[in-house]
Amino acid sequence: MDVTDIARWQFGIITVYHFLFVPITIGLSGIVAVFQTTWVRTGKQEYLRLTKFFGKLFLINFAIGVVTGIVQEFQFGMNWSDYSRFVGDVFGAPLAIEGLLAFFLESTFLGLWIFGWGKLPKKVHVATIWAVHLGTLFSSFFILAANSWMQHPVGYRYNPTTGRAELTDFWAVMFNKVQLVTFPHVVLAAYMTGGAFVLGVAGYLHLKNRNSADDSALYLKAVRIGAAITLAAGLGVAISGDFQGKVMTQVQPMKMAAAEALYNTEKPASFSIFTWGTPDGKTEKFAIKVPKLLSFLATGSVNGRVEGINQLRAEYTAKYGQDPGTKYYSPDGYVPIIPVTYWSFRFMIGLGVFAATGAALILLVTRNGGRPNGRWWPRLAVLLPIAVVLASSWGWLFTEMGRQPWAVFGLMTTAHAVSPSVSATEAWISVISLTTLYAVLAVIEFGLMWRYIKAGAPAYEEPADPHDATDDTPLAFAY
Amino acid sequence: MELTTVWFALIAVLWIGYFTLEGFDFGVGMLVPVLARNDVERRVMYNSVGPLWDGNEVWLLVAGGATFAAFPEWYATLFSGFYLPLLLILLALIVRNLAFEYRAKNESPGWQRGWDRCLVIGSFVPALLWGVAFANITAGVPIDAHKEFTGTLFTLLNPFGLLGGLVTVLLFATHGAMFIALKTDGDIRHRAGALALRLGLAAAVAAVAFMVWAQARTGTASSAVAFVLAALALVSALAAAWKGREGWAFAGTFSTIGLAVAGLFLALFPDVMPSSTATAFSLTTTNAAATSYTLTVMTWVAVIFTPIVLVYQGWSYWVFRKRIASHHIPILTAPVAPPVPVTGK
Repeated sequence: MDVTDIARWQFGIITVYHFLFVPITIGLSGIVAVFQTTWVRTGKQEYLRLTKFFGKLFLINFAIGVVTGIVQEFQFGMNWSDYSRFVGDVFGAPLAIEGLLAFFLESTFLGLWIFGWGKLPKKVHVATIWAVHLGTLFSSFFILAANSWMQHPVGYRYNPTTGRAELTDFWAVMFNKVQLVTFPHVVLAAYMTGGAFVLGVAGYLHLKNRNSADDSALYLKAVRIGAAITLAAGLGVAISGDFQGKVMTQVQPMKMAAAEALYNTEKPASFSIFTWGTPDGKTEKFAIKVPKLLSFLATGSVNGRVEGINQLRAEYTAKYGQDPGTKYYSPDGYVPIIPVTYWSFRFMIGLGVFAATGAALILLVTRNGGRPNGRWWPRLAVLLPIAVVLASSWGWLFTEMGRQPWAVFGLMTTAHAVSPSVSATEAWISVISLTTLYAVLAVIEFGLMWRYIKAGAPAYEEPADPHDATDDTPLAFAY
Repeated sequence: MELTTVWFALIAVLWIGYFTLEGFDFGVGMLVPVLARNDVERRVMYNSVGPLWDGNEVWLLVAGGATFAAFPEWYATLFSGFYLPLLLILLALIVRNLAFEYRAKNESPGWQRGWDRCLVIGSFVPALLWGVAFANITAGVPIDAHKEFTGTLFTLLNPFGLLGGLVTVLLFATHGAMFIALKTDGDIRHRAGALALRLGLAAAVAAVAFMVWAQARTGTASSAVAFVLAALALVSALAAAWKGREGWAFAGTFSTIGLAVAGLFLALFPDVMPSSTATAFSLTTTNAAATSYTLTVMTWVAVIFTPIVLVYQGWSYWVFRKRIASHHIPILTAPVAPPVPVTGK
């Protein structure tokens, strides 16, 4: 493997890993904020218990999200220095703004929230967790604006003297049409993840505590809140994903053709639920197809024309010149790796649909107290957060690998983006040390998570009144 | 003033913010095995920076992001060139941050000892390597006509770079000890004050030697002023520590670090990364910069949002201004489920 391959593996490993934790952070910070707000407004003890319990799990998760996020910001310069030189004028701005607007907000107010119990007045304290949540949303917005620019570069001009892309319209980058559909899609998926997390954890605890009337009622309430969020956000994910597919068909038709492994242009085009083909993915042996569905997904019309890979490849070659080298991506140059795009697209949708359906089912059986002692649905509940998290991973793999061979669509290929001054040895040291450390962290994180989940929600304890605090009052929370 | 100069100054400010604030976090982390005599004191140290360290670290992320936006070529050359030291810094920051977050999540002594080690190593390594990196940036490193770093890890480990690393380790340790003296109470407060004085003397010797050397190599009149003020601030800090004026002593090391970093940036200007291969290959505020449109956008963002950040970060320091002593530390308990009434189902 050369430096490009190693750097790509590193980017894939550490970015997918980072994004296991990010959607939980975004979704759960919002849900915990809602729990705490409900407690502050109604004084109902159960909401304080849920706040404290899910707040703790949120913090365990957030810690890993933050530390793996630091690597993200540095690795552009470390492994992708030619990319950084080329796009810095455009791409650097949202990254810097993310730091200034989002990271300061998240970390400062999280410190205030963690250590502010019994120190800050109730209403100020609940505002701090909202500030954290707002920070996570800002963060998503700016980083997705940066990513959307890679998917669909706008608001720039190419400067032949410097050989760089240069920003000409900041607002065009912020409100790129890809960004306008990607941001809702990703944020709704994050709420879906947060909801499924609450649903899965509470489902497990509901089963475990079925002999305690109080606790099983508490967890049943959390189950229903989590399921409702999963279902509602899931519908939003589907709708925004539909818009995204149509926009993507306009800006990166190859990605959508590769999602279906549609080799030749069809009108109307069908969508295959499952295909069994030769290992190179070019010849199908067996497929289950829904007629006209791809036309509808891609164009909004059941008889719409969908361009095929072969036609697009000829089009790309005419537009962008000779195939950009065949070494890294597939024997087809401008074509991404078809089995990856085909299956990642289906896994994303399939797992998402599974989770939303599961949540709907659980809402149904738990209505009016339902059958609170049923054993099958808590087990189903535990699977749902895993499904949603994996759906997100597959979604990113699809969108990023579907863009290949481009790093910036139409402007710069991934092979040209890598750092020329970094040796393969250095790149190996980096990917191996980071992957090893991340694997160890995964074990620690899941161990901790499990320990705190098993213990369940702490008993209700009236929080100390900040007015009663003296110089000698012990910290309500301490490291 | 040219926008490129404004952004050079702003990036200097971001690094000054990072080193003056995260500097004491690193110091506290390095000194845990030296200053704390028992577990409660260790936890006093962890909690003295508990609500603050994460916000302090963001200064680094913003410095990195702002460099990417305002000087893309600088970001690209520096981060790909100083590859292995940066990787080590990242690995160290990861384990250090998790030490804060995870140490108290399990009451087993083995678990806690493990995280204590992570905290010490994770604080020492960046404290050392940032000094090495900045000394080398100021002194110049081999950079070719394509703005690519052509050296290796060992290029950076020269005497000047290593002295820079020693200075940051000693200064941050002193700064951390001053912070503990200011922010805690009880026995550890006085031990920290005494240690700060001893560490500060060593830091003063190393720092003065380094600043004289830096001034001789690339200094300008303005960097000389900054370095002299930094030295005076350090002397005042030690004098204040001697008299037990903890607030002034901490303000002194705070100013020392800020002025010394300012001095390095003043010595650097108008280069951002001088080339030791040929002066013509040096990265400067002009040839490494983003376009004036991008810099204008970024200036507006910085002008509007930086004051807001400073206000709420300042507020958070105000909220957590009280000293922490052993009796403030709650007993660590395992997470327990509430008692389950057995209903005999």
